[in-house]
Formats: sequence, structure tokens, C-alpha cells
Amino acid sequence: MKIWKTAAFATAIALLNGTTAMAACGITEGRISVVGNEFPAIQSIAKRMGDCAATGVELKSNLTADHQKINVAGMQGNPAEYSSAIIANSSIVALINEDVIRPLDDLMAMYGAAIPDGQKIVIDGKVMAVAFMANAQTLAYRKDILDQIGVAPPKTYEELLAAAKLIRDQGIMANPVGGSYAAGWNLAQEFVNMYLGYGGAFFVPGTAEVAINNAQGVDALNMMKSLTEYMNPDFLTHDSNATQAEWEAGNVALMNMWGSRMQNLMDDVGSEPVVYENTKVAGPMTVGGGTSPATTLWWDGWTVAKNVSDADAAATFQAMAYASSPDILTPETMNQAVWLLAGYTPDAVSEGVLAAVSAGTTPYPMLPYMGLLHTALGDNLADFLQGKESAEQALADAEAAYSTAAREKGFLK
Amino acid sequence: MKHKTFFWFVFPSVLAMLLFIAFPIVSVVIQSLHVAHEQVIITVQNCGPFGCTDSTKIDTDATAALRAAEPLGRWAGLTTYFDRGHLATNEVAQAWTTATSLPDFLGRLINLPFYKAMFFTLTFTAIVTPLTLIFGFAIAVAVNSAAKSLRGPLIFFTLLPMIVTPLVGSLILFWMVDARGIVGTLLQWAAGDPDLSVKASTPLMWAMLMVYGVWHSAPFAFIVYYAGLQTVNKETLEAAVVDGASRWERIRYVVLPHLLPLTTFIALIQLMDNFRVFEPIVSFSAQAHATSLSWAIYNDLGGETQQLSSAAATSVLTILCIALLLTPVLVRTWRDFARK
Repeated sequence: MKIWKTAAFATAIALLNGTTAMAACGITEGRISVVGNEFPAIQSIAKRMGDCAATGVELKSNLTADHQKINVAGMQGNPAEYSSAIIANSSIVALINEDVIRPLDDLMAMYGAAIPDGQKIVIDGKVMAVAFMANAQTLAYRKDILDQIGVAPPKTYEELLAAAKLIRDQGIMANPVGGSYAAGWNLAQEFVNMYLGYGGAFFVPGTAEVAINNAQGVDALNMMKSLTEYMNPDFLTHDSNATQAEWEAGNVALMNMWGSRMQNLMDDVGSEPVVYENTKVAGPMTVGGGTSPATTLWWDGWTVAKNVSDADAAATFQAMAYASSPDILTPETMNQAVWLLAGYTPDAVSEGVLAAVSAGTTPYPMLPYMGLLHTALGDNLADFLQGKESAEQALADAEAAYSTAAREKGFLK
Repeated sequence: MKHKTFFWFVFPSVLAMLLFIAFPIVSVVIQSLHVAHEQVIITVQNCGPFGCTDSTKIDTDATAALRAAEPLGRWAGLTTYFDRGHLATNEVAQAWTTATSLPDFLGRLINLPFYKAMFFTLTFTAIVTPLTLIFGFAIAVAVNSAAKSLRGPLIFFTLLPMIVTPLVGSLILFWMVDARGIVGTLLQWAAGDPDLSVKASTPLMWAMLMVYGVWHSAPFAFIVYYAGLQTVNKETLEAAVVDGASRWERIRYVVLPHLLPLTTFIALIQLMDNFRVFEPIVSFSAQAHATSLSWAIYNDLGGETQQLSSAAATSVLTILCIALLLTPVLVRTWRDFARK
């Protein structure tokens, strides 16, 4: 009798758990298919979406570093393959340009009462996405090395160069500076950071006319070149994965790195204790006496596809809202990102991004033609860093490449 | 064969070729003659976790109307072909009139993306194709003269570079030539220069891409030549021995003429393959040093904003260039055929 009772109780608990999960997620039918980048915070969200898998719910997620190459195509069909894309402030632009995501206002009214305004991405008065985390590139430094040369963590790129010189002159490290300078997207991103740090503007305001071949552009390139002189000579092939490997190998003492990657540097996987115990994070640096840091702010968030049935859209909205609600915060997930959620308590690993937010860092520009400029910069700046041409020529080439692309895409006449 | 039998015999392959080769090419040509609609840009207020800013945005309703009116986009004719990203006629003309010397002109030419890609692609094709033929033939002769029991394993190992997926094969080589990799360290030791880095130097990167190219395609030439060697007339070879021909003379005057049709075949295939060099550039992260037409297509499609018309124009130019490159070999084959 007693055994029977225990068994019944256990079953009841299990049933209760099952129903709470369903109730928490609130959906019993629909098709949910998510495409997004692949890093720990997004993986946690996809995992939590698993709670929504009840009978009648079709649930799929495709997390890949190549998500930007497939999300537009995967949402253009009708019905769209992906009912939601997890994107950042740069990549949402391509989805808006192609008109493949839907305004969320009506769904928000029905199912999103718990989502605070600070998370809503409002474009032209319509909620187009819901952000759940913030990101920025900030300073990572080796405390033991800086103590050895007797220097405080640099607040400006000029201080960083001075510290790098000391480290090299004292024979501690041959190439003490790291950075994701791989030709292409990464290199362009570093230029965007530095150019904003010098107070530059990318376009003639309100138009798609590019305007980067100016004093700020030349200063930004020259500063990048000075930095590369303290980098591993292979810097043009180093993306952020390779830069992380250089750091973990103990070859680098100072670098500008993504906040979302700092936890990987500080955990005990892939490096010696002397490296990971001394890896510290600080706020982003300024450059050339500028007040705004030479970095950009990013958010990651989710969207809902336009070309899906209203029922699937409602299911997707509820599943995403559930998966990115404050309940996702556990000791395990807490340090995976700088969550924009109530109840988030930052640790040392997140200080850099929070400092970037409070320092008034410029967000990465959300302009319809910024992607074209980013590509043009990535293709044309390496020639200058290799000493093959002048800074002015490299910037002129990037401007010309952008203008050609912008004419083809109908942004310029 | 009766015409009807012949028709039904080739029908499946003709259908497949139409569906998977001809129609896509037609669609690419049509795409390359159109560009996107003029975008209707409006200034709106964007708000998010970091505050509000005024920003521009595409007016999606207005753009949707334009798209519905002209689904293919704006007719552009050949403008995409002649713009700076492709043949760059204006820029080339300007460089020609303002250049102070021929090297200055060439320098400016190579600064344009299409000519930069062409310069590497043609150099790569011109160097890798003959080396592939020479290495493939040498390996085939060597394997053919090895003991019969050894030939099986030898053939298997020789074919490995071709079996390995190009992206993976080039990644392996990329790690080996890293300054801290086995080949990279060996090169530093051999050159007596501890700062030597293959990935940082354009000439060394080019050399490495070509070494990879030969490594990857020599097995193909080898296996074709090896099959050809089995068909060499033994009696002719023996007669040459009786006449006192040395090993080299036998190869030069008996084997090579016999294998000439195969050489034409391999050269054709290799010219096409090498002109489309792509995977090693991606795997070696070599875009700062070397680009190719195929890489340019990939780059146009891989950005956050896809440039379909530009990619289509580069694709059509690639097809035209390969046709041009193959003409001498095809003309020669046709003449041989007509003579017979």
C-alpha cells in the first residue's frame, strides 16, 4: 500500500511538472523553427525552448556561425522555413531590408505583458525585435604582466601602446597585443570601432553617401597599424577564435575582445592557470583624446517571421518570450552573457560590457546600407596594413567599392 | 544507332543538363542584367536597450510596390559588367591616361578587385596546371615501375590528397605552415629567420596556395596517366630497347606521344578546375593576399547585404574566361578529330 502511494505521488509530481512546463510555455500547438548564432547564451535559450515541446508542437532550432548567410533566404519563402531568427543590431537590418519579419505589437499586447520596454527594439514606432543580451568589445588584460611592468590597465589606446612597448622591451612577450584583425568582417569591425573612437561619422547624415576618407579615417588606420606592429605577424588571418587561441597560449597580454567571449578566456579550459587566473576584464578604451570609447554596443534579440501563419507566429512569440524570460537565469547561465533581464547580477567577467554601456558607447549603426560598407571595408583595408598602399588610398578604395555596391542595390543613384 | 533510339538513350542526360546546367546559367545571365530597385529611404526613430536615435530605414511598403511592378528589378543592361567591381572600364581608362609608367599602370590595375582576382587566378592556373601534369606523370611512371605487390598501397596513398575534402585538406596545410606549426618552424629554421611567417607574406602565401593546388590535383593526373601507361604497346617498348634506347628516350619517344591525348584531357580539366580556385583561399584566410573570381562571388553573397547582381555578373565573366582559356585546347582536339 505504501509503495503504491509513493508511486502515485511520484506520478502526480511528474504530471504536475509536465503540466507546469506546458503552462509556463503556454502553447500546445504550432510550428516553431529558430535560426541563430552559436554561442553559450543562445544555446541556453534554445535549450529552454525545449520545454515548449508538447504534443502538437513542432520545434526545431538551427544554431550556426553562418546564420546570417541563411536567415534571409530561409525566411523569404511562404511559408518561411524559420519562424524566428535570433539576430543582432547589425543583422536585423538585412531582415528589415527584405521585409521578412513582422511587427510584434499585436502579439506583444496578447502575450508579452511581462516584457519590459527596455528590451523592445522599436523601429518607426513598431516593435520589430526583443533584445535579451548586450555585447561589446572591451579590454582584456593579463594582470601578472601589467604588474611586472608596473602599469595600470590602459584606459586609452595610447596607454596600451606604451604598455605594449614596455612588455616587448623587457623581453616578456614578443607580440603582446592581440586582436581580431582577420581580413574581412573582423578587420572592418576593428576599423568601425576605431573610427567611432576618433569621432568619425560613416555617412553624410540622412543619406547613403559614404564619408570615411577624412582625418578621422586616416587616424583610425594609423592607430590600427601601430597596434599591428605589436601583434603576431599573422594578424590578417586571426579571427576571434584564433585570437582566443593566442591568448590562451599565453602569447598575448592586451587585447580588445568581445564580452561574450571573456568567459571562455577566464575558464580553466584551454589554458594554463597562470593565464586564466590572471585574465582580467576592463572597460573599453578611448583613442585620440575622444570621449566616446573606440568600440560599439550590440544587442542580441529575437524576431518573428512575416511569412508564417498567425497561429505559428503566436506559438513562436510565446516560446521565445518564455525561453528568454528572467527565469532562464541560473548559476550556470548567469555569466554566459550580459543579460538584459530582471534578476541579472553581473560578475567580474561582465564588467567590460557594463562599463561600455555606462560610458555612452555608440551602438553599431542600424542603417540599411551599413552592411555594404562593412563588406567594402573588410575587402580594402588590408592593403594599407600590409604597407602596400597609403591610408588615403585604402579609404578611397573602400569608398569606391561601397559606392559601386550601393548603386547596384539601389541606395545611390 | 537509329535516331529514335539515340534520342531516348541521351534524353535523361540532356534533361538533367538542361535542368541543372543550362537553366541556372540562363537565370544567372538574366540576374546579371538587372539591379535592385531604387530603395525608398525614410528617417525614423529607433529605440532599444541603449536609448533612441534617429536613423534611416527602407520604406518596406513602397519597396514592396516597386517589387510587385518589376519582380526582376531594374533593367541595367551591361552596366554591372563595366562597373568598378567587375571590368571597371572607366577606372582602367583613367589609370591608362594618368599613369606615369607601365608598372604604375599595372599597380593601379591590380588595385581594382576584378583585375586583382584575375592576376592571382591566372598565375595560379599557369603555374599549377603544368606542375600537376609533370608531377602526375612522374608519380605514374614511378608507381608503374614499382613491384606489383606494392602498387595497390602506393596507389591508395597517392590518391589520398584527392580524396580528402578540399576545405579540410587546405586547413591541415594551413595549420602546418603556421609559425608554430611543423612546416612553419622548419621554414624558419631553414631560412635562419625566427620571424618568418608564411601567412604574413604575400609571395609565401601565393607559393603555399600553389603547393596546395599541386598537392590536391596531382593524384588526378597520376591516376589518368597510370591507366594510360597500362595501354602502352609492350612490343614497341621492347623494339626501342633492342634499338638501344635509354629509359629516358623510351619515355620521350614512345610513352609521351602515346599519352598525348590523355595530356590534353587532363590539361582541359585542370585548366577549368584551377581557374575556379576557391577553397584554399577560404581555408588559408588568404583574402588579404590573394583573391579569385570564385572567391569574389562567395564574398558578394556572404555579406550581411547580399549582392546578387554583382555575383551573377562575376559568374558570367568566369564562364566566359574559362571558355576563352579552353579555346586553344578545344580547337586542337577538334583538328585532331577532323584529321582522323
